[in-house]
Amino acid sequence: MGQHEPILLKNMSHPGYTGSLADYERTGGYQAVKKVMGKVSPAEVTQLVIKSGLRGRGGAGFPTGVKWGFLPKDYQGLRYLCCNADESEPGTFKDRQLIERDPHQILEGIVLACYAIAAETAYIYIRGEFVLGARILEKAIGEARRAGYIGKNILGTGVTVDIWVHRGAGAYICGEETALLESLEGKRGLPRVKPPFPATHGLYNKPTVVNNVETLANLPHIINRGPEWFAAIGSPPKSTGTRIFCVSGHVKRPGNYEVPMGITFRELIYEHAGGMRSEKPLKAFIPGGASAPFLTPDHLDVKMDFESVAAAGSMLGSGGVTVMEEGTSMVWAALRLMEFFYHESCGKCSPCREGSSWLVQTMRRIVNKRGRAQDLETLTDLCKNIAGRTVCAFGDAEVAPIMSTLKHWRPEYIALIHEAEAANLLRPQPVGARG
Amino acid sequence: MLRDKYQEEIDEILSRYPVRRSALIPLLYLAQREHGYITEASMTEIASLLKLTPPQVYETATFYTMLNLKQVGKFHIQVCKSLMCALVGSDTVVAWIKSKLGIGPGETTADGVFTLTLVECLAACGTGPMMQINDDYYECLTEDKFDRIVADLTATGSSALKSGPFMWPEPLAMKSERPIG
Ligand SMILES: Cc1cc2nc3c(=O)[nH]c(=O)nc-3n(C[C@H](O)[C@H](O)[C@H](O)COP(=O)(O)O)c2cc1C
Ligand code: FES
Repeated sequence: MGQHEPILLKNMSHPGYTGSLADYERTGGYQAVKKVMGKVSPAEVTQLVIKSGLRGRGGAGFPTGVKWGFLPKDYQGLRYLCCNADESEPGTFKDRQLIERDPHQILEGIVLACYAIAAETAYIYIRGEFVLGARILEKAIGEARRAGYIGKNILGTGVTVDIWVHRGAGAYICGEETALLESLEGKRGLPRVKPPFPATHGLYNKPTVVNNVETLANLPHIINRGPEWFAAIGSPPKSTGTRIFCVSGHVKRPGNYEVPMGITFRELIYEHAGGMRSEKPLKAFIPGGASAPFLTPDHLDVKMDFESVAAAGSMLGSGGVTVMEEGTSMVWAALRLMEFFYHESCGKCSPCREGSSWLVQTMRRIVNKRGRAQDLETLTDLCKNIAGRTVCAFGDAEVAPIMSTLKHWRPEYIALIHEAEAANLLRPQPVGARG
Repeated sequence: MLRDKYQEEIDEILSRYPVRRSALIPLLYLAQREHGYITEASMTEIASLLKLTPPQVYETATFYTMLNLKQVGKFHIQVCKSLMCALVGSDTVVAWIKSKLGIGPGETTADGVFTLTLVECLAACGTGPMMQINDDYYECLTEDKFDRIVADLTATGSSALKSGPFMWPEPLAMKSERPIG
């Protein structure tokens, strides 16, 4: 099972593969575009993708073909596709590899998606720090345009697809699809209230689909090899295909591993990533990026598919698996992530804007051994008042590290607070301070 | 004025979007490239290019951490401090910078060469600790590698230790071609 042939990382694992158009064409590149353009109708392409069972790789796991189907059928105006290359979820670094090593695979996916939803323009919204990635994509777009795969009248079929690279400028929230659209419109990246959804009111208020890089990169393979082939890989019927899992933290061989969905965390961590880096055993892991609740060694045999991870109380999210060894303070780890969320809160919704600041202050106090007995209650109360009360899913994400570490490692919090209280008793008290 | 110097590039940027305002971040990047940071004069000019008010430009410019509204050093060192990098030693990198360059977070060396900023996750979590300097990533940092990077930058303005197209773990046959580690 673990030895499954990679799909998305296959080309680049060949020595000498440069990701150029010539290299990509040599391995069957742009065959899917040739296969469908002018021969298979856009509606049929959408049906193929629905049949494959492909679900979004950006975090939420929404069925891709179904999402495309939400675009209004009779609408005559412009439509847009946005490729989400923001890759901003801590623990995730797979899109970067797809972009820098095999850009045409993504471009072909974009052309196919545009064809299916009748969009003539696509923007690749890439995180600002990926300067190299943006350059590589722009070069690849130039090559594909000259070869007639992108632009007006693709391969003489009358279909137009133009692709532009748009760089973000360092804001995590712009990975959220409606914040991405705001940012692309030149505004602050504040998420929009949904509904209306981007499918009807997206970029410039036009019907728009936002798809992740990895989602789009799967499309050429689904078209070339058929939806049945894809649907048989992984953990059908609900989690089909492979996923690129990004392993980080205290393992011997961190990195990107493409495996069929449904292998266990144990297999990924101990076989693919080489196991723990030292004698220290595994203490905790995050299964799907910073927004996913922490799991324990008891969860190592959970299958890595959307449903199983959800049933274990977390989520497969963006595919970022972070491993922590015995000796790592869970309160400290939760604080580090909380600092991230505090820094990245866009400020639109008060529960998130104010709550993240309170959470960070309370967590810092506990970690610095100045915590108080009532702090745990304060944390729980704050978390409950943030989750589910914000415009976007950021609110749910930011409470995940604290809620899950409180659930599994509560004694660590209590120990730190006891230390604080003991130190407090020894400290000389100002007159009248106690009593 | 940006317009006098970059008319062609500005026209090309504008041609990508049906709505002018979308060109705002690309033009702010252009201004930053020109001056090292975004000056008030360039924001006013961009506002007029895009038919926006200066506050509209300012509003967007202040939201994004990569847009510098103040002068930074010639080399802007950005160390990732998020959890995954912290697990493998990013705090140590910050300590090296303090002891070797004498600057803490938010500070610039007296000669204006290096600025240190602590940043959140840069999507290189499997190859931490890591830092970005200007446009380039430097990953799998060790003290020795850090010293060589600083020496290279000081001497020649660039370093061959920067990351090439990313792939990790590296396939065996490629190991020597584009070193990250
Ligand atoms: C706070 C937040 C951050 C997100 N960051 C990303 C991201 O960096 N990349 C991404 O593809 N999706 C991200 N998403 C998910 C997107 O909103 C969206 O669901 C996704 O791009 C849709 O593509 P898919 O259906 O192909 O997965 C984020 C969501 C939230 C709430
Ligand atoms: S945590 Fe440092 S790059 Fe992701």
